[in-house]
Amino acid sequence: MSIQGRRGIRVALPYLLPSLFGALLFAILPIVISLFLSVTSWSGMSRVSLTDGFLKFVAKNFVGLDNAKAILSDGEFYRALSHNLYFIALYLPLMLILSMTCALIINAPKKGANVYRVVYYLPVLTSWVAGSLIWKWLLSPVYGPINNALELFGIQGPMWLQSEIWAMPSIVLASIWKDMGFYAMILFGGLKSINTQYYEAAHIDGASKVQSFMHITLPLLSSVLFYVSMLSMINAFQLFPQVMVMTKDGNAGPNGATMVMVERIYKYAFRYGKMGYASAYSWILFVIILFCTYIQKRGEKRWVRYDV
Amino acid sequence: MTYKNAIKTAFYHLVAICLGVVAVVPFLWMISTSLKSGGALLAVPIEWVPKNPTLQAYEKLFALTGMLRSIGNSLVVTASAVVVAILSSSMAAFAFSKIRFKGSGVLFMIFLASMMLPSHVLFIPLYLIMNDLGLVDTLFALILPYSFKAFAVFMLRQQMMNISDAYLDAAAIDGASLFRSFITIFLPLCKTALATLAIIIAMEAWNDYLLPLVLMTSPKNYTLPIILNALSGQFKTSYDLLMAGSLISVIPLLIIYIGAQRYFASGLQIGGVKG
Repeated sequence: MSIQGRRGIRVALPYLLPSLFGALLFAILPIVISLFLSVTSWSGMSRVSLTDGFLKFVAKNFVGLDNAKAILSDGEFYRALSHNLYFIALYLPLMLILSMTCALIINAPKKGANVYRVVYYLPVLTSWVAGSLIWKWLLSPVYGPINNALELFGIQGPMWLQSEIWAMPSIVLASIWKDMGFYAMILFGGLKSINTQYYEAAHIDGASKVQSFMHITLPLLSSVLFYVSMLSMINAFQLFPQVMVMTKDGNAGPNGATMVMVERIYKYAFRYGKMGYASAYSWILFVIILFCTYIQKRGEKRWVRYDV
Repeated sequence: MTYKNAIKTAFYHLVAICLGVVAVVPFLWMISTSLKSGGALLAVPIEWVPKNPTLQAYEKLFALTGMLRSIGNSLVVTASAVVVAILSSSMAAFAFSKIRFKGSGVLFMIFLASMMLPSHVLFIPLYLIMNDLGLVDTLFALILPYSFKAFAVFMLRQQMMNISDAYLDAAAIDGASLFRSFITIFLPLCKTALATLAIIIAMEAWNDYLLPLVLMTSPKNYTLPIILNALSGQFKTSYDLLMAGSLISVIPLLIIYIGAQRYFASGLQIGGVKG
């Protein structure tokens, strides 16, 4: 009787409706619309209604793959892409090492580990706008504490966000500060799930701490590490608010040094009024992210161990 | 041996504190700056502890038109998104884990797939949809997208799968309706996951930048991050003001996080996901 009462779409539907409505309206429909927009020359000036002749509008402004071709033959696109890749190259290794260190600290059976756990997570709670403003002020060339501290060691600090060379590293610094605790928590979850008997056995066999780390922790954590590196790479490709807030004055940093892809998409859509172009741009970025994830996934087999 | 252990412990705390300093010093600098005014901001060498602390920056900040209102907007958006998200996603999770129906697997896959799409693809069409619904420049335009997160359904489904069907059988024998067992048995049993979810949703709703930047066109509807962003353009060098505003924007989540610490730490292991 009770089992009977839990069968069939009719029973399930009322529970599913709100989420279905949400997924349809705010995830699936936007994807479809975006695909349509990306093959139009819509400028954002003419008003478009989805319910009133949207397909006619698409047909009238249809330009096919012209948007994509225009983007891919524009030097600016490769410049923005290279900035994203530069960010990832600086950010990813540093972030992995630091968040791994944090995770090991939190996981250690020591007094104070709980306090460190709370402390490392504080930046994650901060909004990117607040975080960016704080870092802008920390990195202020004359009045900021970082250059003041460097001066104590007789080092003349750089101009940070105002310098073409240092603008991107400044963004990397702020991003690592903000994200370190987030990835540390995920890695901590992975560390906690490792059976302590492995360590005990290794200890009895006379293995050192370093040996245990290399031969037990890393292999058993490799799947979580892989997940973290993939997630952080996907997020790094979508780097946006910190760039917008920290290097606002130069309109993408000094001489465009912090021009990145999502920043371009936003500006094409809502500043330069090229909605169709911006939509195509967003799909190109999506394909790049997919491609990089695929490459990483292929590498996974080589260094991730699931068999232990 | 104990001597060796003491060195090890000291080294552990040395590294831990160094990282802690990196995490915390920016906050201290923010607090210190917000208590300064005028010339003290530009003092070289810098004053870590302001010589003449003052609350002037906060007075100026709250005197600005729109400041209080934007705090109110952020509160409304965050609270509504959390409530709607918890209700809608736990209901869907319940259906996916405890009700058998045709197409359940396929539907769940669709849910998961909609989780994969990055937000940078969605914000232009979202603007269009909201425009058509007449919701651009209203708080609903933010509440709705923040409320429906596929990862929330995923996370709660994992939780509910672990709860035995026997509860439902027993409740049915006692004459309770399915909906009643959902409310009185399942929701309380998922407390930890729900608390974690609430924090994750609140973090996004409270802190998000891109969506309100696009969807809130008039200052009266700005959320806290957006008014801060606007202030940073208007008062480029008034860092006392900007830091006071930043501090105010951080405090509510800080309180919730530290209060819900225990739930959160154990809940993250279920999720490990970001919106």
